[in-house]
Amino acid sequence: MLQIKNLHASIGEKPILRGIDLTVPEGQIHAIMGPNGSGKSTLSYVLSGRAEFTVTAGEVLFDGLALLDMPAEARAQAGLFLAFQAPVELPGVGNANFLRTAVNAVRRARGEPELDAAQFLKAARAEAKRLQMPDDMLKRNVNVGFSGGEKKRNEVLQMTMLRPKLAILDETDSGLDIDALKIVGDGVNALRSEKFSALVITHHQRLLDHIVPDAVHVLAHGRIVRSGGADLARALEAQGYAQVIAEAA
Amino acid sequence: MPAIAETLQTVNSVSESGYKWGFESDIEMEFAPRGLNTDIVRLISERKGEPAWLLEWRLNAFSAWQAMVEPDWAMLHHPKIDYQDAYYYAAPKKKAGPKSLDEVDPELLKVYEKLGIPLSERAILAGVEGAGTPRIAVDAVFDSVSVATTFRATLAKSGVIFCPISEAVKDHPDLVRKYLGTVVPPSDNYFAALNSAVFTDGSFVFIPKGVACPMELSTYFRINARNTGQFERTLIVAEDGASVSYLEGCTAPMRDENQLHAAVVELVAMDDAKIKYSTVQNWYPGDAQGRGGIYNFVTKRGACRGARSKISWTQVETGSAITWKYPSCVLQGDGSSGEFYSVALTNNHQQADTGTKMIHIGKNTTSTIVSKGISAGQSSNTYRGLVRILPRAAGARNHTQCDSLLIGDRCGAHTVPYIESRNATAKVEHEATTSKIADDQLFYCRQRGLSEEDAVGLIVNGFCRDVLAELPMEFAVEAQKLLAVSLEGSVG
Repeated sequence: MLQIKNLHASIGEKPILRGIDLTVPEGQIHAIMGPNGSGKSTLSYVLSGRAEFTVTAGEVLFDGLALLDMPAEARAQAGLFLAFQAPVELPGVGNANFLRTAVNAVRRARGEPELDAAQFLKAARAEAKRLQMPDDMLKRNVNVGFSGGEKKRNEVLQMTMLRPKLAILDETDSGLDIDALKIVGDGVNALRSEKFSALVITHHQRLLDHIVPDAVHVLAHGRIVRSGGADLARALEAQGYAQVIAEAA
Repeated sequence: MPAIAETLQTVNSVSESGYKWGFESDIEMEFAPRGLNTDIVRLISERKGEPAWLLEWRLNAFSAWQAMVEPDWAMLHHPKIDYQDAYYYAAPKKKAGPKSLDEVDPELLKVYEKLGIPLSERAILAGVEGAGTPRIAVDAVFDSVSVATTFRATLAKSGVIFCPISEAVKDHPDLVRKYLGTVVPPSDNYFAALNSAVFTDGSFVFIPKGVACPMELSTYFRINARNTGQFERTLIVAEDGASVSYLEGCTAPMRDENQLHAAVVELVAMDDAKIKYSTVQNWYPGDAQGRGGIYNFVTKRGACRGARSKISWTQVETGSAITWKYPSCVLQGDGSSGEFYSVALTNNHQQADTGTKMIHIGKNTTSTIVSKGISAGQSSNTYRGLVRILPRAAGARNHTQCDSLLIGDRCGAHTVPYIESRNATAKVEHEATTSKIADDQLFYCRQRGLSEEDAVGLIVNGFCRDVLAELPMEFAVEAQKLLAVSLEGSVG
């Protein structure tokens, strides 16, 4: 599904990613862990096409497509979804209207019929209910006045409605209480299938108790320094990053 | 390339080709000689077959105008206007005024068809039975004259008068004489004086006591002739308990030279009357280099004369090279209220200096101002507003909200609010914000699969939402599209 080969990227003159190699097979969920400043968020932005970052070397194949050549919206339409660490507010733009515009833009690009207002609302309400979102969240403006937990649940709602092939969750657990963490975890697990892959970026083991990964990678100084199974996350939690990174070096 | 740079590029790519109303029509015209003097004023009055009192009124306005100087306080820059280098009267050639639509020059009807303005009552009525299309009566003003007004007979049944003001002068002289110039006196300002001297046509609306106008009224202004100024005059009177919703639209061909448009609109609302006046202003804005475009100097004012009367202005201003316009409310009646909802969008080299005046005279009068300015390209966008509370206006209240949205870093937004309160019991609130479309917002939308154009459109429409919600439903959709087109060029 996702093959990253020797990826280097910088912001301005400053290199952040220094040669990442990573493969996420179809149907698998991989976790990326690492200390602050290791390049985790940069990786998610580079993969999703944020313009501030410059790719200086390497290539990325997404479902056979040369991902780095595609504009951000084409990546989204091809099935790549980024759950933002800090979801953005859009004043005056209704949440339902935004979501329907996005769903239909993606459906159009995939050659699927667009959803009319009634079809869309029915589906969106059902998903919102499953995520235990209050009824008025679809009517409110996108992320405006949402609590931290509401914003993250709204990201999961968008993810569910857009049916991505690959979801990147950028610290979706930050700012979530234990109950919300479980709801978000359940939301991701509900999408688990042979056709769905995910890259879960997190600082902490606790999200991985809910979303059990097929593999865990440790990112430090812009490189993956160690990979392992789900137990690697627990070892990190017990020993701390410093020791694991030192052992790898 | 950073997202904002891409947006700028998109915005810059808008050239004259984005303006789809810019076609020119070949209609046989009659012109008065170029230039402006008392002979021209007399000629216009004579062509219109006006009574002596109106000629005198015009001549007085003309001499007032000659003694005045063009105002220079607005944040607008343009080469000096040569008032002698324009035509002040241009009319499609015809024998007598058309009695029915069948007699209107078919070429003219084609123009309006191309603009999407329904002038065939039969077709509209058929549409109503078929699909529930809203029924709108239209007065179509082409250059200096009104060429067609629809649904007059239907409206007359409920006592509503809707006709070209030139006809109202003949058919309802007492009404016109009673109200004309009472809200905007001929010597009010430089452009109003000019208009009073040379106005050629416009709409007249009279809603009698207790009548709610049974359909939306609309005037569609089209400038077609070259080097011609357009000076229309609209007068709307709502008697006690009457109500009306009126919409004005306008377009012009793309030309390299600038053309002058100086209109006057007067509204009068008596006890418990309600007037809602909406404008979608889409005059040709000039090209991406700032060549051509309409100079739009307009005086719009409503008098809430009666108790509990209400006047509401809603405007979506996307066109014109220069906009100088302050639709205002004079709140005379106790408990009367005024509203001003505005979206002004400037792109490329457009300049807009627009806002409102709310003059509180009566007790417990209220006013609401919501202004949304959007600047892109190298344009300049100024909100200028006055809230004046006079000593007698006990309990008066005003709330003003002014928001500016900047797209790119070469445009300017300015907010110039004046507040004068001479009554200690009055409450005046003013809020203002300035923001930019952030890279974050664009990227967020694009990551969800929206194109950059759709993302900008969504964000801009979100920014204007409070104002667009005030437009009649069918025009709100049109206005949303217009905002997108004005920013991004026509797609497809």
